[in-house]
Amino acid sequence: MTDAAAPAETSVRAALTRALDEALGADETVVLLGEDIADPSGGVFGVTKGLSTKYGSDRVRDTPISEQAIVGAAVGAALGGLRPVAEVMFMDFLGLCLDQLANHAAKLRYMSGGRTPVPMVLRTAVGAGLQVGAQHSQMLEAWITHVPGLQVVVPSTPSEARALLRSCIESDDPSVFIEQVPLLQRRGVLDDAPVPLGVADTKRAGTDVTVITYGRQVHDALAVAESLAADGPDVEVLDLRSLSPLDSDAVVASVSRTRRAVVFHEAVVTGGFGAELAALVSEALFGRLLAPVLRVGAVPAPLPYAKNLETLALPGRDRLSTAIGHLMSFGG
Amino acid sequence: MAVAGPDDDSIQAIFRSMVLIAACDDALRSAISAGTVTMAYYSPRGQEAVAAGFAAALRPDDYLVTTYRGLHDHIAKGVPLRPLLAEMLGRAAGTGKGKGGPMHVVWPDTGLMLTTGVVGSGLPIAAGLAWAAQRQGDGRVAVASFGDGASNIGAFHEACNLAAVWRLPVIFLCQNNGYGEHTPFAHHQRTARVSDRAAAYGMPGITVDGNDPLAVYSAVSDAAARARAGEGPTLVEAVTYRLYGHVFGDRMTYVPPGELDAAWEAEPVARFRRHLVDTGVLSDAAADRVEEECARLVADTLDEVLALDEPAADELLTDVVAGTRGD
Repeated sequence: MTDAAAPAETSVRAALTRALDEALGADETVVLLGEDIADPSGGVFGVTKGLSTKYGSDRVRDTPISEQAIVGAAVGAALGGLRPVAEVMFMDFLGLCLDQLANHAAKLRYMSGGRTPVPMVLRTAVGAGLQVGAQHSQMLEAWITHVPGLQVVVPSTPSEARALLRSCIESDDPSVFIEQVPLLQRRGVLDDAPVPLGVADTKRAGTDVTVITYGRQVHDALAVAESLAADGPDVEVLDLRSLSPLDSDAVVASVSRTRRAVVFHEAVVTGGFGAELAALVSEALFGRLLAPVLRVGAVPAPLPYAKNLETLALPGRDRLSTAIGHLMSFGG
Repeated sequence: MAVAGPDDDSIQAIFRSMVLIAACDDALRSAISAGTVTMAYYSPRGQEAVAAGFAAALRPDDYLVTTYRGLHDHIAKGVPLRPLLAEMLGRAAGTGKGKGGPMHVVWPDTGLMLTTGVVGSGLPIAAGLAWAAQRQGDGRVAVASFGDGASNIGAFHEACNLAAVWRLPVIFLCQNNGYGEHTPFAHHQRTARVSDRAAAYGMPGITVDGNDPLAVYSAVSDAAARARAGEGPTLVEAVTYRLYGHVFGDRMTYVPPGELDAAWEAEPVARFRRHLVDTGVLSDAAADRVEEECARLVADTLDEVLALDEPAADELLTDVVAGTRGD
């Protein structure tokens, strides 16, 4: 059932395709490379569908299954004046190309005193929630936010997916752009507002608790906030959008108002990016906080296959609700 | 396709390049021994002919990606001595403002796009540079310079395969100096030659005497001509020897008796000098003048660089990403 008067909605997948299409159309130096990205496959999730047909298979280029060569070639192409967008099929495979990303892409601007910047994007997917097991599901943003020189982006809506990917491609520094597969189906109306890296967005304003989150967990956080709206705390949902650069001002400003914070992310809690956020809030607002900063994320185990166990392992709405209740129990 | 050999001017330039490399290496080892400078130093002494030979076969704007044992490649590819030595000594006037160090020298003005401290990692990056050249149609080729040890790492194999499949204008130049770190060649691979591996990727592979700059020049000229003609990559193996071991201070106890003496007998700078004098390209007096001039240039530059400032403190956070500054 569709409402003829409502503006057309677009999926995150289509928004990403559009961003790549726009970038390829606008800038001759933009090139794409990755496994199975050219037509007819158009990418294992269909994000690059149609692009090799439109722009040529030497510009939207299939590669062998060679992650180190893919990312290394992207680094080299960037050094040679192109703006490559490399696709690494799953984030779990970062282990196969982390040397190129962390030792080369991230460091070549600095080590050369600015002579050799690396304007490239690494797009990669995360399959948690789809029963694809422990090697196709991991949010590993903590691995890469730890490396100075890399930009790390996790979109949550179609408009932001498109705008943030454009920002990454236009940036003169390397970015890792994380696409959570269950989010690809999510639909929304596209707007044309650009989204710079390093600017968080308040998805819901609230007065009692700040949920600091990103990616598809934003939508779970919003659902929890609405479920509590009638007779529970008034929850603010802050969508970071990019983890590096991090909009620390927005985080501190929000929590300085609500005085309670919970970090909510899909990654394993232990050593996760939530620890960085908790430390940021604690350092900035110690003495102002009404409760300790809590973290809600995946349990410290490889992600199990069985549906019931996978659901238990991932951070869902129930665990976020419980954490918010716990925060409120500290009074104020 | 065979390419004509270098003319006499080019041959003299190759000789001067080799002499300058050896002079620079001598000066640095002396300075480290004397305590004047401190660094982890990977001497390229003995490999001068490879660098001077391949660089002479390239255009000035051709790309080069090299490794931490890279001083000879840097000099041969035209990195000016002052910013090169300044980088090695951590000075603000260095190629990377002193923030990269000897393992990370770059000089895009003459095509040196990367020096990496990670064995083998430069090969995929050279492939990417070659892809950029291929797309831009500028006729450039990219050279990845690496050691025999690097031919065992995954990046080597992934890059060779990708370059062959994409017919990239890249030359994989293996400087086989007989050792991967401290492990002799025969203990780290079963194939007799690194170039044997080229066949596995469907590209030509050739092994040449890496102590003969003209042999290297010839092989790299052929490979560059193939690359520029759209015929794809070549694996060139230049067999040579590192005369001072892996890193400064290496006592080379792992080297079999007699091997080092034989290597010094085949030392390429003196050998090429003899060849040029014997063939009448250069007189003894002219060769002496080149050696004196290079030694003086290195000594003067080193003195000058030692007096230069270290980078300012506000460089600490500058260049992490665009627009970052430490002040």
